[in-house]
Parts: sequence; C-alpha cells; structure tokens
Amino acid sequence: MNPATAKSLAGHNGPATLVRRIWRYRLLYLMLLPGLLYFLIFRYWPLWNAQIAFKDFQPTLGVWGSPWVGLQHFQDFFSSYYFGQLLANTLVISLAKIALGIPPAILLAIALHETSRRFLARVVQTMSYLPHFLSWVIVYGILLAMLSPSEGLVNHGLRALGLEPIPFLTSTATFQPVVVLSEVWKETGWSAILFLAALLSINPALYEAAAIDGASRWQQVRHISLPGLMDVLVLVVLLKIGSILDAGFHQIFVLYSLPVYSVGDIIDTWVYRQGIQNFQFSLATAVGLFKGLIGLVLIVVANRLARRFTGSSLY
Amino acid sequence: MKKRSLSPGDRLFEWSIDLFLVGVLVVTLVPLWYVVMISLLPFGKSPSLFLAPWDWSFEAYAQLVFQPTIWRAALNSLVLTLGGVAISLTLTVLAAYPLSRRELPGRNLFVGLILFTFLFNAGLIPTFLVVKDLGLLNTYWSVLLNGAVSVYNLLVMKTFFQSLPESLEEAARIDGANDWQVLWHVVLPLSRPILLTIGLFYGVANWNNFFEPILFLSDRSLMPLPVVLRDILTGLNVAEYVEGTAAQAAPAEALKMAAVVLITLPMLLVYPWIQRYFTKGVLIGSVKE
Repeated sequence: MNPATAKSLAGHNGPATLVRRIWRYRLLYLMLLPGLLYFLIFRYWPLWNAQIAFKDFQPTLGVWGSPWVGLQHFQDFFSSYYFGQLLANTLVISLAKIALGIPPAILLAIALHETSRRFLARVVQTMSYLPHFLSWVIVYGILLAMLSPSEGLVNHGLRALGLEPIPFLTSTATFQPVVVLSEVWKETGWSAILFLAALLSINPALYEAAAIDGASRWQQVRHISLPGLMDVLVLVVLLKIGSILDAGFHQIFVLYSLPVYSVGDIIDTWVYRQGIQNFQFSLATAVGLFKGLIGLVLIVVANRLARRFTGSSLY
Repeated sequence: MKKRSLSPGDRLFEWSIDLFLVGVLVVTLVPLWYVVMISLLPFGKSPSLFLAPWDWSFEAYAQLVFQPTIWRAALNSLVLTLGGVAISLTLTVLAAYPLSRRELPGRNLFVGLILFTFLFNAGLIPTFLVVKDLGLLNTYWSVLLNGAVSVYNLLVMKTFFQSLPESLEEAARIDGANDWQVLWHVVLPLSRPILLTIGLFYGVANWNNFFEPILFLSDRSLMPLPVVLRDILTGLNVAEYVEGTAAQAAPAEALKMAAVVLITLPMLLVYPWIQRYFTKGVLIGSVKE
C-alpha cells in the first residue's frame, strides 16, 4: 500500500513501528543522504578539528595526536596587543556600516514608493541593485578608478581645487571610511528591497484616507510609511547586530594592505593571516572559535528579541 | 500611482523625491562610467569623465583579449561556476524535498542539525584542515564542494516546496508514484522559478568567488577570473598577463580598468534574469513558516 494513503487510513496512531515508518520513507532518506553527508563532512568535521584551539597543533601529529595546552592560546590572544585593536576595528566598521547603511536604504525605498515617475523608479531600481552582484574584486577596481592618488576621479577633483591628493586606500585616516562607504554604495539598492516590500504591503486605503483628511505627502510618509517600516527596521537592525563580528571579510581582504593593518585588520583577516600565512593553526583556531561562540550567542539573542518585538525571525 | 496634488508643499515633496532618485542614479553610475572611460584611455592622455569618441583607444582590450592567461582563467571560472551550480542545485533540491515533508520521521532533528551550522561556524582553519585531510587542496573539488550547500538557499527551497499544493503530490501517489517520481515529475516541474532563482544565487556567488580559490588552490593555472583580476589590479605577476614590449601600448590604468570591464560584462549579460529572479528569491526568503 502506498505510504500516504496508508497513513490517512490508519491515522496518526497507526500500528507501524519506528523501523517500519523509516522503511516507508527510505527513498526520502536516500535523497537526504548526500546533503547530510555534506554537512557532516564540511560543517561538523571542522567542529571536531576545532579542538586544536586547546592543543599545540603539529601537522605531523594530527588533530587528535597533538598535545593539549588548555586555554593557553586564548590567554595569549586576550593579553596580546591585537585583541583590543581587532575587536575595536571589527566593531567600529560593523556599527558604522549599520548606522550609515540603513538610512539611505530606507530613504531609497520611500522615494521609490512615493515617486509618481514610474519609469524613473524602474531605472533607479534596476541600476541600484547592480553593484550588489559585483565581486569585491571588481569594486576594488572601481575604487581604484575613483580614489587612486594618481588617476582617481576624486583626487583629480582635489587637485583641481588646489588640494593635495589623498591616498584613500592606504592612509590610516581614510581606510575605514572607504570600507564603510563602499559597502553603502554596493548594498543600498539591495537593502532597499526589504523596506520597499514592507511599504508595498501597507494598505493603500490608509494613504487615501489621510489624503482626504488633508494630510500632506510628507505627513503621509511621516505617519503612515515610517510606522509601517518599523517592524522590518527592528528585524534588520537586530539581525545585523547578531552578525556584528562579521565586518566584511571578503571586502577587507581585497581592499587592505600593510600600511592600513592598524585600522583595517578585523578578526577574520587576522585569523587568515595567522593561520594560513604564518601557520599558527592553533592560535588562529582559538580566535576563530572565540568569534564563533560570541557570534552564536549574539545571533540567538537577536533572533529571540526579533521574534518578541516583531513576530518574525530569521529561523 | 498616486494622484498628483496641487499644494506647493506636495510639489516640493515630489521634486525632492525625484531629485534624490536622480542623485542615487548618478552616484551609482558615475564610478562605472569612469571605469569605462579610463579603460578607453589612449597612451599619454590623462583620464577625464568625458573622453571624446575620437580619442577612444581599444588598445588595452586588445592586449588583454589576446592573453592566453585570461582565456584560461575564463575557462576556469566557467567550470567553477557551472560545475558549482550543478552540484549545489542537486544537493540542495535533494535535501530540501525530504525536509519539506512534514511527516518525515526525524525531520526536525535534521533541520536542527543543518540550522546549527548556520548559527555556529567552527572557523576558517578547522575547515581548511578538513579540505587538506581529504586531499582536495589544489583541486577544483575543494572550491566546488566546500561551499556547495548554502543553508539559506536550502531553507528557501524547502519553504517553497512546502507552499506547493499537497493535493497534486497526493494524486500522484494514489496513481502509484513513489517519492522519487513525485519529486521528479510533479514537484520539480512546478518549481522552475525557484530553481532559476537559487541556481542564479549559486551561479553569481561562484562567479564572484575569489577567496576560496586563493585559499585552496596554489597552481596559478587553476585560478579563475576574479583572482587574475586582483593580480592585475595590484600589479602582481603582471608579466603573466602583459608582455613587456606591449606594455608600452596602453597605459597601466587603462589595462586595469579594461580588465574590470571585461570581467563585469558576462554578469551584465545575465543581469536581466538575475534582477527578475533575485528579487523574488529575497522576498520568498523573507517569508517564514
């Protein structure tokens, strides 16, 4: 008998034992197997390997055979000069991206929603998504075109005004702003989608009623659109704070260079250099694990809060 | 969409809204435009926002297009992108379908196992050691397999499968179809939009991927386009891409920007589809059970 009808005939309290139920769904389990194997090998095996954070990993001895050293690597990191610097850079860059990234996205969503020029809206929408799909390597090329001291457009402008050109990508004073603003340039159009969707789900009758009552367009935005965005805004901010330790590894990996390590180095880039380039596997793993644990707590808390305040959540 | 009102305040409002939109357009497009202008720069000229058409030089493009290194990198990118999409899409569909079946015993356990990897990441080095211990370093399998399944894409696909009307699957089962046949003949034909969306998600990510190739591959002949572009932009291994004598023909800046344009072009060609399906994907993804 086929499984679905058997189930509907027998109801949920059917006599099938667990083994028989599992056998009934064997094809589904077979389908699930490759995906599960993927997660076991590439996501759970690394968890096992993470024990080298508490060991002195030597490649010849392997993960299991290397001697235990307890919390030494964590202590080394926390007492090192890097700890404060990396944490500060990571948090400053992340927070600036949130603070400077969300307002333009909301503005853009409101403008796209309010404009009566549909063609303009469509063109702006199409074009503003585009940078989201460009690799950071390509954006690095674009930034060179805009910011390079010799040929960059911005520095041409500075020279035309009689000012000294600024080496934006290699100066400690300008590197963080470049990281933050290039992220804003790349992602504003894309982040606006969620806000725009929220605006489109507002009942149009509210706007009509407000207009009849004599509300100006600005008052409609202020009292209908903005409150209508609050849920999504809270959700977006909370989830971004949940992943605040991810300050943009791929971006900074491409953009930074030795002269700006002091302001551009974040936890992830440091882990990469210590681990892959300097072969400090255990130390790098310890720092990565520290980041992963804090990240886990943050995202779980953020998700709880999001569910409480907005009723929706990430998972 | 909205009725135009005549009050001066509202007119000012509309004007500022439209002005802002034009501003967004300018800020988005000027950098891209300027990249193209530099790429067309002839030797001895300095770049400007408006390069006269009679000054255009395609020398930089010519130099790049005749470099075997670029073509090899393009081929590598193609293999990694298409191979990656095939592997990722297969694994994602095969895992998402069983997990979309509420009656599957142990379903919550499996979803939990997968979700946990989304929340907690063991980090770069432990993952690197797995790839190394599997003997995959310096092979394409490292790049293709390590990032093969995205939890986010998997959950979006699962949500989509759950939203399909159950009656169709039920009918197929009454006709004697097994789970495999239901997936293949009933579910997948109904899932074209989501397959395209997720396929494009994976495709774009693979095409743009430069970090995993740098991390896992050491053989320069295996490198995809983004890695080659990075080398050109930072002036690493330039001799591989440009012959010493020909370097005189086009300014270095033009060469760099021509490389940026060439590598962006394939993305622009599929952009209309990307735009259509990605926005759908984002909105499907934001709808939770």
